[in-house]
Amino acid sequence: MTVGTVIIGAGQAGLSAAEALRKRGYAGPVTLLGDEAAPPYQRPPLSKGYLSGELPAERLWLKPEAYFDAASITLRTGVRASALDRAGRRVLTHEGEAIAYEHLILATGGAARRLSLPGADLPGVHVLRSLAEADALSDALSGARRLAIIGAGYIGLEVAASARKRGLEVSVLEAADRPMARTASPLLGGWFGALHRGYGVDLRVSTGVAAITGADRADGVRLADGERVEADLVLIAAGLVPGTQLAEAAGLDCADGILVDTHARTSDPDIFAIGDVARFDSDLYGRSIRLESVQNAIEQGRAAAAAICGAPADYDPVPWFWSDQYDRKLQIAGLIEGADAMVRRGDPELGAFALFHFQDGVLIACEAVNSAPEFMTAQRLIAARARPDPDRLRDTTVAMRAFLS
Amino acid sequence: MAKITYIEHSGAQHVVDVETGLTVMEGAIRNLVPGIDADCGGACACATCHVYVDPDWMARTGERESMEESMLDFAGDVRDNSRLSCQIKVSEALDGLIVRLPEQQG
Repeated sequence: MTVGTVIIGAGQAGLSAAEALRKRGYAGPVTLLGDEAAPPYQRPPLSKGYLSGELPAERLWLKPEAYFDAASITLRTGVRASALDRAGRRVLTHEGEAIAYEHLILATGGAARRLSLPGADLPGVHVLRSLAEADALSDALSGARRLAIIGAGYIGLEVAASARKRGLEVSVLEAADRPMARTASPLLGGWFGALHRGYGVDLRVSTGVAAITGADRADGVRLADGERVEADLVLIAAGLVPGTQLAEAAGLDCADGILVDTHARTSDPDIFAIGDVARFDSDLYGRSIRLESVQNAIEQGRAAAAAICGAPADYDPVPWFWSDQYDRKLQIAGLIEGADAMVRRGDPELGAFALFHFQDGVLIACEAVNSAPEFMTAQRLIAARARPDPDRLRDTTVAMRAFLS
Repeated sequence: MAKITYIEHSGAQHVVDVETGLTVMEGAIRNLVPGIDADCGGACACATCHVYVDPDWMARTGERESMEESMLDFAGDVRDNSRLSCQIKVSEALDGLIVRLPEQQG
């Protein structure tokens, strides 16, 4: 009897791999281990609809309970892996159990980054990655009037929008000179900054934080210039630390993520890594990338399953992302790093526009605000390494479809 | 509750009860109806929950909104009765709804 495939991490990526194994007719046991109490759930709404109160928890579940039996997937929640025994092909758990595997998939995601600021450990200081953290934040928002958010990335801004919907006063403090500085273009970041200010958010850029203040619980933030921002609670929204601990301790190659090949295989041929934690070589972008997105979780999970089933296919995605803030939908195709030219289509003043980014004349990314045709078309053009004519792209009388023929 | 019939491209039928307030997409996921991927979880960001609404039901499922319209434009094999099932909210008025699934999503 085969010991089958064990998946550590029951998030979107781990579930996707399990589901894809079954869809491909994988005959061995599939065991999905999650260290959280909840069954596999959607993370994106945690900072959006779930936090604003529009979406109840039961609508976060990715699958109904009945799915796991029906698909012969053994889901074990609340199980924390403590070590990998590669020689013995076993996963060891905190409870002292040893779970044997033939193939192992690491879908360990990561944890919200905590800053080493004075006061960062005070009660009233939150981070947001898991459902439990979202619940804690949501409960705290209920009794609060003022929220300070450190970091104006996606999570910081989405929480700002959700908290404004709930009527809180919100300050967002960002060290860089614009919001979303790490992933978005200056124009887009600036536009979202203005949007948030328009909704009453006290957004401060180029603003360092010296400390979180408070005696026995957080009561504000002290800025690098000495000014104090009062708050009833503080959210640190400073990105993700990939969950590489198990892999590193087991001697797998890691570098800001677990290194995998285009079949999601780590430096151990029996072990795969997928989703937020995996770093792989992108042929499209000519460098190694690590993606924190639902799309990557789903598709890289499928890639690992394909390889385990003996049908490997190179995984070389056009990354895509989305964000909902107020009534604006941002959709991003591709990665803007390395862009040397930009074309704007549509009028940012009117609230719907797209920014196309080029490198050496090749389209490499598109940031689309309430502009789905631009986003959908760009996905295909980027995959084809196309060189659309900038003048026609700029011309809104030319339909996006025209670029696909 | 509303009774909804999902018909796969193969012809296989799934008749299920869906709680009002959910979407037609969620009704499929919760009842293990295959053929609706819904990668983005219902945010109208991916166009992988495409369905064809039975012509008799088109008036009651309402109009596409502009974001949905745009996303659908780029789904495969789009017809007049195409909808993104994450954008159809289930109400008592949809009791008896019939939707058909495309050959593949995306």
